[in-house]
Amino acid sequence: MTNSAELAVSSRAEARKGLGHQRVAFWLMVAFFAVAPFAIYPVFLMKVMCFALFACAFNLLLGYVGLLSFGHAMFLGMGGYTAAHAAKVWGLTPELAILCGAAAACVLGIAAGLLAIRRQGIYFAMITLALAQMVYFFCLQAPFTGGEDGIQAVPRGKLFGLIDLANVNAMYATVFVIFVSGFLLIYRIIHSPFGQVLKAIRENEARAISLGYDTDRYKLLAFVLTATLSGLAGATNAIVFQLAALNAVHWTMSGEVVLMTLVGGLGTVFGPVVGALTVLAMENYLAQLGAWVTIVQGVIFIVCVLTFRRGIVGELARWLNKPL
Amino acid sequence: MTEIFGIPTQALFGQLLIGLINGSFYALLSLGLAVIFGLLNIINFAHGAQYMMGAFCAWFLLNKLGLSYWWALLLAPLIVGATGVVIERLMLARLYKLDHLYGFLLTFGFALVIQGLFRQQFGSTGLPYSMPKGLEGGQNLGFMFLPNYRAWVIAASLVVCLGTWFMIEKTKLGSYLRAATENRELVQAFGINVPRMITLTYGFGVALAALAGVMAAPIYSVSPLMGADLIIVVFAVVVIGGMGSIMGSIVTGFILGLVEGLTKVFYPEASNTVIFIVMAIVLLIKPAGLFGTQR
Repeated sequence: MTNSAELAVSSRAEARKGLGHQRVAFWLMVAFFAVAPFAIYPVFLMKVMCFALFACAFNLLLGYVGLLSFGHAMFLGMGGYTAAHAAKVWGLTPELAILCGAAAACVLGIAAGLLAIRRQGIYFAMITLALAQMVYFFCLQAPFTGGEDGIQAVPRGKLFGLIDLANVNAMYATVFVIFVSGFLLIYRIIHSPFGQVLKAIRENEARAISLGYDTDRYKLLAFVLTATLSGLAGATNAIVFQLAALNAVHWTMSGEVVLMTLVGGLGTVFGPVVGALTVLAMENYLAQLGAWVTIVQGVIFIVCVLTFRRGIVGELARWLNKPL
Repeated sequence: MTEIFGIPTQALFGQLLIGLINGSFYALLSLGLAVIFGLLNIINFAHGAQYMMGAFCAWFLLNKLGLSYWWALLLAPLIVGATGVVIERLMLARLYKLDHLYGFLLTFGFALVIQGLFRQQFGSTGLPYSMPKGLEGGQNLGFMFLPNYRAWVIAASLVVCLGTWFMIEKTKLGSYLRAATENRELVQAFGINVPRMITLTYGFGVALAALAGVMAAPIYSVSPLMGADLIIVVFAVVVIGGMGSIMGSIVTGFILGLVEGLTKVFYPEASNTVIFIVMAIVLLIKPAGLFGTQR
């Protein structure tokens, strides 16, 4: 008895030692986003934080449950459209508009999740892609989305009715808080008992079922969580850019978030953040070159899959021999 | 004018014809995907891009080399299929030991590169491809007008689909193929060169996509993104049919084309989404797909 108790204590201490590095990495990341706006264009950084949250949410599903969703753009887009509509037409304050966006993505996540978790593996990817395409056509035709034009000139409004978000610093601080809270929530989910069950499903679903876990319920809850957080990212993005447009629901966006996660490191905590920063910086430099953005993205996909499957953070973690 | 359910018969049969045409392409493309998936366990995301390459190949052959549609019908699948063989040998072959998802992501990368390069070169607008000689004009069937070329597309794709089915289900080569799908190691142990068979299978699936592209060229204009949205619909078709059976993917393709055509008549707003809705319903009732087996 004592022996096993000692073992448990020592393994817990070891786990804590491993987590120490993650704490350092976390504070480095926070410091980066706190200091960076003095050197880098803040609007670009806000975009990075929104997409980093999006990629982290996506990674929760692919990296920790092993389900590749190729339709995550539907949650980003639905969150954005709902938030933009709530802020512009209903006149809600930005925090309520963003919550509306996340809630809409949550509802969509329940519906899409109930369908998609009926199949595994490659079928799961095709089903989510098809569902997202359906949402794309809905957004193209629905009366409230503005079709090809999208919802433009969305007011940023006043946070809690007090702080004017037209001020870049106030907006930046808001996005920063949303990003860090979302990141911590995902971190907590991954390291909770629930997260352990998710990893068990990823490794061997049949065994998880035989241990008595209702894996469908776990997968559905994970799916709804990732959908809601993606919606949160999309809603924040729409408020920052005062625009909700079709490109956020298009399948190319679903591909982009896969790319971010793959480049940063699948199944790592910080990988999606690094990936989002890398991919967006690249797009920013190549933006004038038109179709070259797509070509370069495709080449990165091929290179990552063939030779760089761990991603930037995954390779770093292997080099340090610590989980990141 | 005669009417059925308040819809003029001309419009009804016209849309059903368009549905059958679309169904021919769905069937050809989902057949190619199913053949590739059967042996390689990879969903070929580049299928739409390879369909587009087939159409461009036909355009090049006609406008640069002066080779007619009939030559393109033969040469384009061979050329595009050969590029598929190269891709399989150089890249896909390294991924068979990994999760299937990597193959999916790799071919997605290919689709982006190929579509990007063509868009860089030709812009997003389409290039016209003239009707092949001998198939202009059409027949008046009394209740509707049937353009010759469209009749040809439906007949040709039926023949190709059924020919492929016959080859896989009824010939000796097909039996090797089916055996390798079941158990690759065992077939290899019998002295059959399975890696070469895999390479040729991928090439064949790609050639089917290119063939569909050549047939599509005179109907739709030839453009870099012509396969980009189509492939997503074909994925939905594959989910509906299930990839277990070759005949299943052919039948599902044609039926869904007709369903889409009928939706255009009765409720045009939903014509873009009806196949996805059917997919959702099938997933609720029979998750393995109409002809599939869960595995």
